Amino acid sequence: MSDCCCNHDHSKVDFAKMEEDIVVCRCEEVTMKEIREWIARGYDTFDELKRLLRVGMGPCQGRGCREIILREISRAKCVPVSEIPSGTIRPPVKPIKCELTARKGGDFE
Amino acid sequence: MSWKRTADAVVIGGGMMGMATAYHLAKLGMKDVVLLDKNTVSSGATGRCAAAFRATWGGELNIILGKACIEKYEHLSEELGMDIGLYQNGYLFMAYSDAQLENFKNCIKLQNSLGVPSRLLTRDEALELCPGLFVDDIKGFYWYKRDGHADPMLTCFAHQEAAKREGVKVEKFTEVTGFKMTAGAVKGVCTNKGYIDTNIVINAAGSWAGRVASLAGLAIPVHGERHEIFATEQVEFNVCPTFLMSYDPDFYMQQRPNGSLIAGCGPSRYRKEAAPFNDAELGDCWNFLEYMTGILTHVLPRTKGVRVVRQWSGMYDITPDMQPVIGEADDLKGFWMNVSGSRGFMFGPVAGEMVAEQIINGYTALPIEKFHWNRYARGEYLLDTAIA
Repeated sequence: MSDCCCNHDHSKVDFAKMEEDIVVCRCEEVTMKEIREWIARGYDTFDELKRLLRVGMGPCQGRGCREIILREISRAKCVPVSEIPSGTIRPPVKPIKCELTARKGGDFE
Repeated sequence: MSWKRTADAVVIGGGMMGMATAYHLAKLGMKDVVLLDKNTVSSGATGRCAAAFRATWGGELNIILGKACIEKYEHLSEELGMDIGLYQNGYLFMAYSDAQLENFKNCIKLQNSLGVPSRLLTRDEALELCPGLFVDDIKGFYWYKRDGHADPMLTCFAHQEAAKREGVKVEKFTEVTGFKMTAGAVKGVCTNKGYIDTNIVINAAGSWAGRVASLAGLAIPVHGERHEIFATEQVEFNVCPTFLMSYDPDFYMQQRPNGSLIAGCGPSRYRKEAAPFNDAELGDCWNFLEYMTGILTHVLPRTKGVRVVRQWSGMYDITPDMQPVIGEADDLKGFWMNVSGSRGFMFGPVAGEMVAEQIINGYTALPIEKFHWNRYARGEYLLDTAIA
């Protein structure tokens, strides 16, 4: 038993397993388990995982998940995270309402 | 991961055309198939396209091919064992001029004669299909229920997973640098990763296919044309429940089942320079965003408050008649082309099977010989009045 005040046996907690349930991409609801599985199957770049699982395609455009996923790729490939390509970052910088950019006087005016 | 020094066939290009070819070659019993991509699978036009397929073309060959593709797409998830995000609720074609409406009527006549029961729709029927559509300036509509869309990346990856199960070796970040040839036949492929001995090469490099062919000394007219596109945040699904398309002005818009709207148009609408375009570089421009959000908010006024989350571009593979270039080179035995003419996602699953059958069995049910590029030397062009 641990010294912790609760009565759980912490020595039996499998943190790697716990991590699997973490929702890494909250926009598209993709879990760590899915990301690790697909990296192991050879989808070991951010852009491949994006195309396969849609990570980074939601409203936040990867702001929430990119770092975590790059770290997972780095870990799986045993390559420093600084050497993992960050994946393509696309415009616009922030989601922008269509009416704000819509040009008037085009083909329909 | 060991490098294969010999192969029964080498496929160049990991888009839909190449991946389907590799999968079908292996499925038909070829032992050693290697697929090369200079980037990653689905990183070119397939992973950037508008995700749609249709039988509603204006030329006989495209209708036959499109019809075969719909039949294929309807069963792909089962065949490949992976969901491809299929959605079928037709293309709603919109005519903004009387000339376009006449074109629609001719297309419908041809399509109906080839077993594609497309039909004109009334304004009320169109509004029933797409309740938010601004119809006041539209002269007419036509539609065919079995046209639709699917997730192009998942479709390509599903082929990749199935191909790997059949023994196909996929080499990413591998660029072709040359070919070994003797006495009018291809003997091998040189790449930045090493050499592969093979008697069969299938060039499915899309807009780069002309340049790849030139490495084998062949002059085949395929070049790139950059098209732009954007996706919005996910919104309630009934904003655009059918694929919307117009030829003049040329644009399309659709909504994926996840709620994201996708919209794009031809480059002559927003680029300053005049057509024809011969592009080597991808890129995104503000002009496109302004122009296309203008179209989207006009056609679907409810989208004014919907946010664009991402814009990108992809390469159309342009051929002289905008039609596929498929077949074995007359002067170089074993060197095959499998280029779609900018419809790689749509035609890929069928074109891949067609080419694989022709290579392995020497026969295929579809009229593959019609797509050979030697038609250009004879001055023959395949015509279609329904190309955007």
